[in-house]
Amino acid sequence: MRKFIDSHAAWGLLLAAGLAFPWATGNDYHLTVMSTAYIFAIATLGLNLITGYTGQLNLAHAGFMAVGAYTVGILTVDHGWTFWGALVLSGAVCVALGWFIGIVSLRLKGHYFSIFTLCVGYIMFLVIEKWESLTHGTVGIMGIPAPEPIGALAFESPLALYYLTLAFLVLAVWVMRRIVKSLLGRTFIAIRNGDELAEALGINLMRNKVLAFQLSVCYAGLAGGLYAGFVRFIGPGVAGVEHTFDMMIFMLVGGLGTVLGPLLGALAMPWLTQSLQFLQEYRFIVFGPILVALVIFLPHGVVGSFLAWQARRDAKEGKPHAQD
Amino acid sequence: MDTLLQQILNGLTLGGIYGLVALGLTLVYGILHVPNFAHGAFYMVGAFVSFHAMNAWGWNYWVAMAASALAVAALAVASERLVFHPLRQASGIHPMIAAIGVLLFLEAAAQALWGADFQRMQTPYTAIVDLGGITAPAQRLLIIAAAFALMVALHLFLTRTTTGATIIAMAQNREGASLVGIDAHRVAMLTFAISGALAAVAATLYAPINLVYPAMGHLVITKAFVIIILGGMGSVPGAIAGGLIIGFAESFGAYYVSTDYKDIIAFVLLVVILSMRPQGLFAKRGH
Repeated sequence: MRKFIDSHAAWGLLLAAGLAFPWATGNDYHLTVMSTAYIFAIATLGLNLITGYTGQLNLAHAGFMAVGAYTVGILTVDHGWTFWGALVLSGAVCVALGWFIGIVSLRLKGHYFSIFTLCVGYIMFLVIEKWESLTHGTVGIMGIPAPEPIGALAFESPLALYYLTLAFLVLAVWVMRRIVKSLLGRTFIAIRNGDELAEALGINLMRNKVLAFQLSVCYAGLAGGLYAGFVRFIGPGVAGVEHTFDMMIFMLVGGLGTVLGPLLGALAMPWLTQSLQFLQEYRFIVFGPILVALVIFLPHGVVGSFLAWQARRDAKEGKPHAQD
Repeated sequence: MDTLLQQILNGLTLGGIYGLVALGLTLVYGILHVPNFAHGAFYMVGAFVSFHAMNAWGWNYWVAMAASALAVAALAVASERLVFHPLRQASGIHPMIAAIGVLLFLEAAAQALWGADFQRMQTPYTAIVDLGGITAPAQRLLIIAAAFALMVALHLFLTRTTTGATIIAMAQNREGASLVGIDAHRVAMLTFAISGALAAVAATLYAPINLVYPAMGHLVITKAFVIIILGGMGSVPGAIAGGLIIGFAESFGAYYVSTDYKDIIAFVLLVVILSMRPQGLFAKRGH
């Protein structure tokens, strides 16, 4: 079972479920909800790389998502770029910005890093809100064009957009799994487990932390760019710290430091919110205590706790310890 | 000259409020080593409780402030017992995330109880005082006087009384304090109570010249974090000095640079200072 949930078959099953979803529902509204969930799942995977794998809680993640979204918005609406060109740049802008912010913020440890990034997130929000000549201020950017057709594939209908976001999510998961299973991923985990220990192993702390940060915000930027092309309207609210908190909840519910956990969290939680429609505005009255309870009673999330339980059972039965 | 004095007055007002909020934050950090993200929500709840007591029950401003201080102190103690105490052994990001959970809950609860609208709090002190050429609303003078009186009182409490000394002892060395018979649980609860009461008083003082709404704590708490990083996490004099620095930077920045960007000034100051001194301005060593 433990082998199963991380096997190709399991991921294939998930992908099949994703592909079949439109036939199961046939409802445009559900497709839109799911596509939005996919976009946030991409960003959450990125946040999980720096927080779950490398152990640094970045509270400016939604800010980076907004930078990606505004890159696409500004370039397509004000400068006549194509969506695809702007999307590539939205990732690149975040990687570049992530380098600058990374080398400053990652010198700080633990709480200092989180507080610093919280402030960085506020700066991003306030700059987006106040710099009207560039960002259209509180009005936001309207009329962002839909992604241009690729060959015969047009991205106008909710169904086409659904498959587009799904394709990006599959790509994002595949790349993330390659990263965390590589030596680089193990390096990040070593840093999470202890700065001194990692350094003693010959790991260049700063370089690897900055790299993890850049990769993580690249995910945020691309997710933001995709969001702009999908929703076609963006306002400064995208940068709001509540979005970072939302992603943090997705990540924690599923399980920090796994690929499957944040993915499942990001896909399941929006549906939970949808089904509690009447709560929309007050959802945090329920989710706040859930977050606290999770941290106290289930700190590894659903997937993480399941894996830990499996590992304990395997150990009891004397099976060889499977690798993560 | 007048405008200069006016800006100094504004700086003192802001500095006093920020200082009070930052003091609570820094005391809790000293004891638990947790950045209490929920502190801004305590501040917001403090404002709402006073507002409610004055508007719905017609209480006097000072009685409402005292009631609000008591209520928020109780709330802070409850959150210590229910949330932070079970997590005292947890390391890294988990206590921070739990604090964010408390913050989200309190904000949503306040919105459910009092609505998302902006409210205006009345004050009995609406007069404009003329001080040899410069005019000042009485409420601002009241804020400055009350904030700094509280700071002095807190300082005396921490340095001159045994109970206060137990807080300092805990912050300096947890094991050492336990060894000499200090009850760590009691001190933690006391610290949370003080920090909650300070936040409530700061909010009630500041609300009449500002507005009351569920998200009112966001900017204040973020600035309070900037202040305690500048002043050194856990340092009481650092929090007061940091509060004044940010207060003056904002009032002068708003006047001489731009009102639109005044809220960014504190954060930019933090980014610049931390880029050069990652351990903060006054801290001797980083944590």
